[in-house]
Amino acid sequence: MTGRPFTTTPTRRTILKGMAGAGALAAVPRFVQAQSSEPIRIGFQLHRTGIGASYGRWYERTASAALKVLNEGGGINGRPVEIVFEDDGTDPKRGAEVVEKLTTQSNCDLVMGTLFSHVVIGSAPRAGELKVPYLVCSEGHHVASGMLNRWTLQPGITDVKSQVQGMAPFVSSNLGKKVTMIFPDFAFGHDHRDFFTAAMAAQGGEVIQQIAIPPTETSFTRYFPQIPSETEVIYHVMVGPAVLTFVKELGEFYGSGDRPQLFGFIDSLEAVDINSPGLEFLDGSHFWEGHPRYKQADASEHETFYRAAVGVDDNGASVSDPADIATYAHMFSTWETLFVIKHAMEAAGYTGPADRQKIVEAIEAMTDFAEGQAHPQGPKVFNGKTHQAFGLQSITKVEGGKLVRVHQTSMEDGFYPDEVDYTTMSF
Amino acid sequence: MKLDRALLLHLGLLAALLAFHFAAPAYHHTNIARIMVLAIYAMGYNIAFGYTGLLSLGHALFFGAGLYAAGLLAYHAEGTAGTGLIAGLAAGGLVAFALGLFALRTAGVAFMIVTLMFAQAGYLTVLYFGSYTRGDEGIVIPRAGRMLGSLDLSDDNTRYLVAFALFAAALLVNLWLARSPRGRIMVAMRENEERSRMLGYNPFTVKLAALTISGLYSGLSGAAYALMFGYAGASLASVQYSILPLLYVLLGGAGTVIGPFLGALLMFYLIDYASSVTDAHQFVTGAALVLLILFAPKGILGTLRERGLRWLP
Amino acid sequence: MDFGPFLLLALMEGLVTAAVLALTASGLSLVFGIMRVVNVAHGAFFMLGAVLAWFVSQWVPGPPALSFAVALVLCPLIVGAIAAAADTAVLKRLNYEPEATIVATIGLLYILEQAALSFFGPDARPVPAPLNFRIQLPWFGYSGYKLAVVAAAALVLLAVWLILRHTRAGLIMRATQIDRDTARAFGINVDRVYAGVFAMGAGLAAIAAVLIVPIQQAHYLMGGDPLLLSFIVVIIGGLGSLRGTLVAALVIGLSDGVISTFFAPTLAKIVATLAVALILVLRPQGLFGKRAA
Repeated sequence: MTGRPFTTTPTRRTILKGMAGAGALAAVPRFVQAQSSEPIRIGFQLHRTGIGASYGRWYERTASAALKVLNEGGGINGRPVEIVFEDDGTDPKRGAEVVEKLTTQSNCDLVMGTLFSHVVIGSAPRAGELKVPYLVCSEGHHVASGMLNRWTLQPGITDVKSQVQGMAPFVSSNLGKKVTMIFPDFAFGHDHRDFFTAAMAAQGGEVIQQIAIPPTETSFTRYFPQIPSETEVIYHVMVGPAVLTFVKELGEFYGSGDRPQLFGFIDSLEAVDINSPGLEFLDGSHFWEGHPRYKQADASEHETFYRAAVGVDDNGASVSDPADIATYAHMFSTWETLFVIKHAMEAAGYTGPADRQKIVEAIEAMTDFAEGQAHPQGPKVFNGKTHQAFGLQSITKVEGGKLVRVHQTSMEDGFYPDEVDYTTMSF
Repeated sequence: MKLDRALLLHLGLLAALLAFHFAAPAYHHTNIARIMVLAIYAMGYNIAFGYTGLLSLGHALFFGAGLYAAGLLAYHAEGTAGTGLIAGLAAGGLVAFALGLFALRTAGVAFMIVTLMFAQAGYLTVLYFGSYTRGDEGIVIPRAGRMLGSLDLSDDNTRYLVAFALFAAALLVNLWLARSPRGRIMVAMRENEERSRMLGYNPFTVKLAALTISGLYSGLSGAAYALMFGYAGASLASVQYSILPLLYVLLGGAGTVIGPFLGALLMFYLIDYASSVTDAHQFVTGAALVLLILFAPKGILGTLRERGLRWLP
Repeated sequence: MDFGPFLLLALMEGLVTAAVLALTASGLSLVFGIMRVVNVAHGAFFMLGAVLAWFVSQWVPGPPALSFAVALVLCPLIVGAIAAAADTAVLKRLNYEPEATIVATIGLLYILEQAALSFFGPDARPVPAPLNFRIQLPWFGYSGYKLAVVAAAALVLLAVWLILRHTRAGLIMRATQIDRDTARAFGINVDRVYAGVFAMGAGLAAIAAVLIVPIQQAHYLMGGDPLLLSFIVVIIGGLGSLRGTLVAALVIGLSDGVISTFFAPTLAKIVATLAVALILVLRPQGLFGKRAA
């Protein structure tokens, strides 16, 4: 599916072509006249099927909404922009193939949009070989850890290490010092385990138990007895189709009686209504949110604009279907990444694929993004050496069936020493 | 005459693939390199399944063994592509041999489940040792580890030619095997185990040998995949990757030498094409599989062989 | 928590797993035993049952118990009808050739998953439980509905057993299982029996899914694990042996729960998986299967 930039005034020729059944070419004639008005093509690696499909649907909607705003504002360097969406099945092998396809067959100027870490890591080597900028929207620590390459950047969303680290001060001073962590037994969960355990220790707290759940598990109750009784806070983060079961079973296990404080990453409940049957016990518990799902009382005008443009109501659901809940905490990254691309291409004077390296250099030269229409989630600091953006994180509390922000981290909460300097690497 | 025709066909395929290197558009160039690597895996699967009748659902274990032997060596021990390929070959063969010692005590559906279980245990082991493997996320193979002597496997041309060389070797060995007495014994085992036993062949050793050869192919393919595409992750050792070669082989034609390649080629472009024409591309893939099996139940080459090309090895 | 209650919880959890597994696997066992078909789409039928239950819960007004009851009747019928259609349109034409049916059912799996993705969407969606009470034990709380699931599964299995043993339909099925050609010679319409068995197998998976969906949630990829586990249960139990399937479901459901009290969870999964493989290596015909000739 190709996002077509403008509704062109149909010329006689296009009408004839359309009638001849070549409708797909209808937009072409307008741009062939001048080289400079040829559209910029952005490849989007999309989780349309597979385990990431809930996210993929909203990533597509958000990116399409951003594209519309971008084109209405004159495109990039006066050129229209289009996005070529291609499904990667949330699979790393197919992911690498999709990077290939978008670059060498669809002739995209760059590739963006990947969420799931294994797809990012499986695809990044190919992007590096093809020398095509690869802008991921993944929140993984893979970029800033230095395991990827000069061509892979994450300017649209804070990485998990920074997010997790930023949570520790609030958790230890407001919820409790003794934490039991429950996380999936794979890399994403291990990142949470390692970074939060260290951050908690730095705050004078302690992680007293780490419960790693095998990824093939569909039922969780039997793991809950491992939660020590002196636990003050349960830190939970789960992904995949079984997350709802997890939260429900935790509720059944503790019931309405005395229970530890709950702190979770909203990843567990992205695209899930927190007022679903069985989730009542979440009332009063806290969540990390990259971008609060429920519109907050102090929402900025940019936030309001963004929400309307994407088509999300005040409760974080689609305006056309209140049961269709957005993956709100993550999807802003595609919007912001698209505007980073705009600024990078304009700063680099981008004219075509020969200038791809200039895009990377232009992004590396960036230091911060101000809150605004291009960055509705809030201001960010960008570290050109580690290719990673850092933003403000929200902690919300479930109150009366809504997620209400009770804390916002400071930028400094999320900083950590650089682990890599990509700018010293060759292209 | 018959033999020459078969040999010519296979050499012709290799010549076409080599010619493709010079004529191919960039996108298809990399695709074919990838397909050749996966076809080695499918050929290995075919040696166990198509020729010997061992329907395994656990070949991802062998593929994964090769993948991780090469990947971990390069990632943790500064291994290079040469050692990686040898390690992958050895790992695939060894794991297959060891698994065969247990699993070949069973047959039929029990064999399917035993292999499936071992592969599942292997997949979970990759996750369990997440501090070395980075589990499902996987690892990026460092550039230095992808050097085969002075050949850089991350270079498109080198990759294609090395993939071609490995594929050609695998194909010719497979052809030789299929036409050798040993290959005939394997087929005999598939067709009638009891009679072969009475003729003095020990089914267990024949099957173990076939499974080990199959493991060598799979391990080589896994190692080549890691080294050529720079990534090793747990999803490549998951159950889907056990079903994949089965699908390739059944589509192309079980018990034919070119069938696995044809199946891999078709399946790749089927998915690739379907996902560019519709959002619901799994529907196209599913329908195509059903139709193919309805109208060409022996796979494409198997059906051709039944309808006249009887000489097809 | 002390070891005693810990073990009790593991056993209760194992029992729920076992009950649902027994139901799902008995469907596969019927298809496997009578038709000798390896139905890779069995998990997709399971998923379809859960997804349809969600649709029913949206369309049927009134208390959750009512929509649940409707789902429990309607979903297995719809899924069974789809299965029967697939059998007649595809599997029959393949003459139930083992390898061909594997590919065909993989194709079917893709089609069903895509249908669920297109019409139901990629999100996990909850279905309310028909009864909502929680049993508070001295050490932990437990869902009352889960215990009801165990009872319901037992009832359904009893019904299946009665049908197979004491009805004419069951007799015909068993006759077809033992010798399809002789059955045909005696005037049994084997095609219809096969379509019926395939539908019944899928229907059992759908019932299991409708029962489990209030505990878990409907999701278009939920069929993978039940498929793997059912396969294992069927083979361990011994081909075509319903009693074996039951015992194997209990063994696997309970061992999974109990082993995880002794090892790190992922290690426990590895140990349990290898244990299953070794049981089969030592007893290839399964626990209750007859040794193959």
